[in-house]
Amino acid sequence: MSAPLLEVRGLRVEFPTRRGTLVAVDGVSFAIAPGEVLGVVGESGAGKSLTGLAIIGLLEPPGRIAAGEVRLEGERIDNLRGEALRRIRGRRIGVIFQDPLTSLNPLYTIGRQLTETILTHLPVSASEARERAIGLLRDVGIPAPEVRIDHYPHQFSGGMRQRVVIALALCAEPRLVIADEPTTALDVSIQAQIIQLLKRLARERGTAVMLITHDMGVIAETADRVAVMYAGRIVEIGPVREVIHAPRHPYTAGLMGSIPKIRAGGARRRERLVQIEGAMPRLTAIPPGCAFNPRCPKRLDRCLVERPVPVASGANEVACWLYG
Amino acid sequence: MLAFILRRLAQAVLVMLAVGLIAFALFRFVGDPVVFMLGQDATPEDRARIASMLGLDQPFYVQYARFLANAVQGEFGLSLRQVRPVSTLILERLPATLELSLCAALLALVAGIAMGVYTALRRDSWLSQALLALSLVGVSLPTFLIGILLILVFSVLLGWLPSFGRGDTVQIGWWSTGLLTASGLKALILPSITLGLFQMTLIQRLVRSEMLEVLRTDYIKFARARGLTDRAVHFGHALRNTLVPVITITGLQLGSIIAFAIITETVFQWPGMGLLFIQAVTFADVPVMAAYLCLIALFFVVINLVVDLLYYAVDPRLRIERAAAAH
Repeated sequence: MSAPLLEVRGLRVEFPTRRGTLVAVDGVSFAIAPGEVLGVVGESGAGKSLTGLAIIGLLEPPGRIAAGEVRLEGERIDNLRGEALRRIRGRRIGVIFQDPLTSLNPLYTIGRQLTETILTHLPVSASEARERAIGLLRDVGIPAPEVRIDHYPHQFSGGMRQRVVIALALCAEPRLVIADEPTTALDVSIQAQIIQLLKRLARERGTAVMLITHDMGVIAETADRVAVMYAGRIVEIGPVREVIHAPRHPYTAGLMGSIPKIRAGGARRRERLVQIEGAMPRLTAIPPGCAFNPRCPKRLDRCLVERPVPVASGANEVACWLYG
Repeated sequence: MLAFILRRLAQAVLVMLAVGLIAFALFRFVGDPVVFMLGQDATPEDRARIASMLGLDQPFYVQYARFLANAVQGEFGLSLRQVRPVSTLILERLPATLELSLCAALLALVAGIAMGVYTALRRDSWLSQALLALSLVGVSLPTFLIGILLILVFSVLLGWLPSFGRGDTVQIGWWSTGLLTASGLKALILPSITLGLFQMTLIQRLVRSEMLEVLRTDYIKFARARGLTDRAVHFGHALRNTLVPVITITGLQLGSIIAFAIITETVFQWPGMGLLFIQAVTFADVPVMAAYLCLIALFFVVINLVVDLLYYAVDPRLRIERAAAAH
């Protein structure tokens, strides 16, 4: 693998509260190569989004990075503040949030929001910025961009708005885009379009993508590698085919088993979906040892006391004592 | 847009008709004007003659219509006390009240928004805490007390500013202004602060809470994630989104400032409409009271209309939806 574009090592995100410190992300390490699409899956509350927010320094106080480091092209960015951090956001790391309906400021035309972002980061004139904005809107598939650029967000449908949001995330040509559940708020019929668009744009521009989602279908479709998160930790990470077809960690296996399969050829064999018993622990009550142990069908005694360290298993890296 | 304005204008006319009716009814409450003019000993024939001369034998609605017709032309009759046309009296006093009210409103708006934004952005600084504590005082202290305290400190103890009156005024047409002379401006300071303080603290608290609300929204988070400067995020994106409620409250408060200038004008012996009204009440000078009532109602109606139009300027969503609804 070439030198990583983004490298996260031992990331820990904490929320100090009156009743003690909540650890929302714990010991998360991964790397993203230039142009690579890394999928991050997990249930709600697994710490996927917080990992993304921590990378660009947008954790809401009192949330904070308590340990670990984040490197972008070899340079540490987790300890940056204010102006230095601002120059990275949008310019070197673009972000797409979940809800396109609320991501755009309702009071300004989309053109103004685009040119504003372009002018903030790139040394171009106002008219060049506008040209560029129109080009971007065309790239993301907005029809008649010369006209639409002067429209307000409420004049666009949800899918169209997410296209505008993607244009905004890409407008200063960042090397990495963090897409946090980019299709969750959209109609199913539009989800595929948006994912295709994201995939195409990333490939054309050589942009790496950190795709955060709880939808394994989207991951299978898009990602090169996938990281599975559970209770703030990465339990398994590896090439997408390996993780889907030969999951190592019992949680990953359960996750894959719970996806309904539709067979071609009309095979009508009734197949029960596999359930993972129980629910993910609350952050206030993460069990000692492996966080998954109360729900794990293959639990060992060791899992109750000792936290598993990630080990290589084939192309994957997995945090489970079955492989230690 | 046009349909909207017309609809609002129609509503405004209705409000004014209702207020006119109340003003008209005032005349009836203070007793029979014929008795008032002729005394107890007049003969029934004399009374009938005077009544028909004044049109008082006409049915109620004819009298009301005549009152309205006069009122629209600004004619409210003679002041019972000063025996001069009410319109002249009001015109003399109007500039003083409007200048005071606008200064107070401007102060409240500028200082209120500035302090509101500051306390929202620097939530934990000691200055924010101090401003918030101070604003609590501003909302809870009665106006007259603030006025008297200001007079005590700045006029009596320090002797910097005059304690009453408007200072020297300059006549421009029928408008007498105190804004062009040094003593006029100095005289304006204390009453403006007194009158505007409540509104200032109200706007400060409103802007602060709205700002905090907006700063939590996704589009602000997204604006930050796009790497916009703090300045652009705070003032370009956040502040503008707080403006709709601020405009509403400020508009309504501007009406109140004009209407409730009465107290400030009394404390500072400011020769405005409020003082005129208080004197009119003391002497049961009904025409003056009726005229004042109608004028204040007119201010409120006009200000509300302007506020509605300002929404359009601020919020593009209204423009489209209203236009669509109008077709």
